[in-house]
Amino acid sequence: MSGYIEAQLIILCLSIIYAYGIYLPAASGQLNLGAAGFITLGAYASAWFNAGTGVSLPIWSSIILAMIFTGVIAFVISFPILRTRGVYMVLATFAFAEVVSGIAINLEFVGGAAGFPVDGHTDVSIIVPVTILVILFSFYFMSTRLGLALRSIHDDESVSTLFGVNVRTAKVVAFTVGAMLMSLGGSLYGHHYNYIEAQTFNVLLSIYILLYVLMGGTQTAWGPLIGAAFFVVVPEALRQIAESAGLKWLAEGRFILFGVFIVLLMVFRPEGVITRTLQDKIGGGLFGHKRFSSKETVSGR
Amino acid sequence: MTQNLLEISGMHKSFGGLKVIDDVSFDVRLSSRTALIGPNGAGKTTIFNLLTGVYPIDAGMIIIDGQDITNIAPEDRVTVGMSRSFQNIRLMPHLSTIENVMLGQHARARSFRNLMFPLGMFPENRWRKSAEEALEKAGIGTYPGEVVANLPYGIQKRIEVVRAMVSDPKLLLLDEPAAGLNFSETGKLQALLEKVSDQGVTILVVEHDMQFVRDLCDHIVVLNFGRKIFEGTPEEVHRDPAVLEAYLGTDEKLSEAESAS
Repeated sequence: MSGYIEAQLIILCLSIIYAYGIYLPAASGQLNLGAAGFITLGAYASAWFNAGTGVSLPIWSSIILAMIFTGVIAFVISFPILRTRGVYMVLATFAFAEVVSGIAINLEFVGGAAGFPVDGHTDVSIIVPVTILVILFSFYFMSTRLGLALRSIHDDESVSTLFGVNVRTAKVVAFTVGAMLMSLGGSLYGHHYNYIEAQTFNVLLSIYILLYVLMGGTQTAWGPLIGAAFFVVVPEALRQIAESAGLKWLAEGRFILFGVFIVLLMVFRPEGVITRTLQDKIGGGLFGHKRFSSKETVSGR
Repeated sequence: MTQNLLEISGMHKSFGGLKVIDDVSFDVRLSSRTALIGPNGAGKTTIFNLLTGVYPIDAGMIIIDGQDITNIAPEDRVTVGMSRSFQNIRLMPHLSTIENVMLGQHARARSFRNLMFPLGMFPENRWRKSAEEALEKAGIGTYPGEVVANLPYGIQKRIEVVRAMVSDPKLLLLDEPAAGLNFSETGKLQALLEKVSDQGVTILVVEHDMQFVRDLCDHIVVLNFGRKIFEGTPEEVHRDPAVLEAYLGTDEKLSEAESAS
């Protein structure tokens, strides 16, 4: 595999992991713009457990401890954050990410503003299998009764409550598990590039990840995968094609084209590229949506 | 002696200065089919919302099957044995028929093991099968995988009843189940409810369609302006002066109004 393809593959894998971290809460209608915060927590915690002052744990223990650390923080902040809704939740999670970033820049024992060199290394042979595991886990998670409850909450919170769903608990679990996935992604990022600085994990990253999920669609577990893959691969491929075709203006201005495309997507697929109905059309066989005939036919609509 | 499944005593509810439910008390007998009727704004749906815990009550007591549920959290009330349908269809539009019905099973599947069971990955699991059976029994086994937003109104109404039924309720609360249905759809709904009632489930129904109420119910409670004004059989209700006044008004009031002006 060429170095270039490998580098692109790593970016794609990390983006997919981040996207699932945002998707789990988004499936229940929670908009989380704090991705950068959780990624920062995961990256710094794992790097520190791995080779901080006075600690040197194996890389896997570091990554798992970082996930637990991020999970605990996410759990604690989820209670105030989940009291907010819609655009206010976007702002609350954004504020959280800014606070995390601010703290990381000012902590001298993790390098402060100079950034933090990371010791243990993870390469593509680890990142790709982990990404596949994350995808499988997310599909499993969304297919459980808890996943069904989350999708119900997305549609109608009060009715879900009346059928026995503990809305608060379900949301806290989705938020926390999502944060742990982002922590995992952040750890892998740190251990792959072996250097982290808080400024890399900025609000633009959070926006992109939320965009992957919303554009991909929050109704099925395919959404974040398709969204992340599309947003990572297409701009890069566009550049390659434009350059090899000698279209310099396109190579440089591809994001204008891409922006136009995003607007069109929002107009024509407001619920994301992959919707429930589309999944059924393509063949819902994966989820066993068998249709069996019955005495009564659907008529007279 | 007949046993009561639901006992409401001295129920009060105000929204700000507006008394919506004012000292309402009535009982619903076990295995009965009771109707709750009254003009628009009488507080019928509010009573359902108070029973299911959408709002807390200001005063009074709600007892189901001998258990005081007045202070029980809304998500736990369904486990006591009470389930409802809604006046405007409140199915989850992005879920399929079968998933909507499986949501109804939630109250029976709240253990960690059940919550973590991958319903979507094994099409032959018992939860899915029992949901399919419930739909088949109700005569709406068509397209269990179809997203409900695409289904006809009458079928959606019946899916709501099935969803409420799969939580194994002792008391089924139906909020205007026949509203907006045509004649044949109403007939099918009534047949479904009679089947449900024959299984021993007690039904409390809010309905404006008096023909439907007379055919289905054996007991009627009438509300007006948040107060109970009548309780009795469907035969008696037509002759009660207070009920007639509530629905039609009286001549006296008219003449009073005239003399006042």
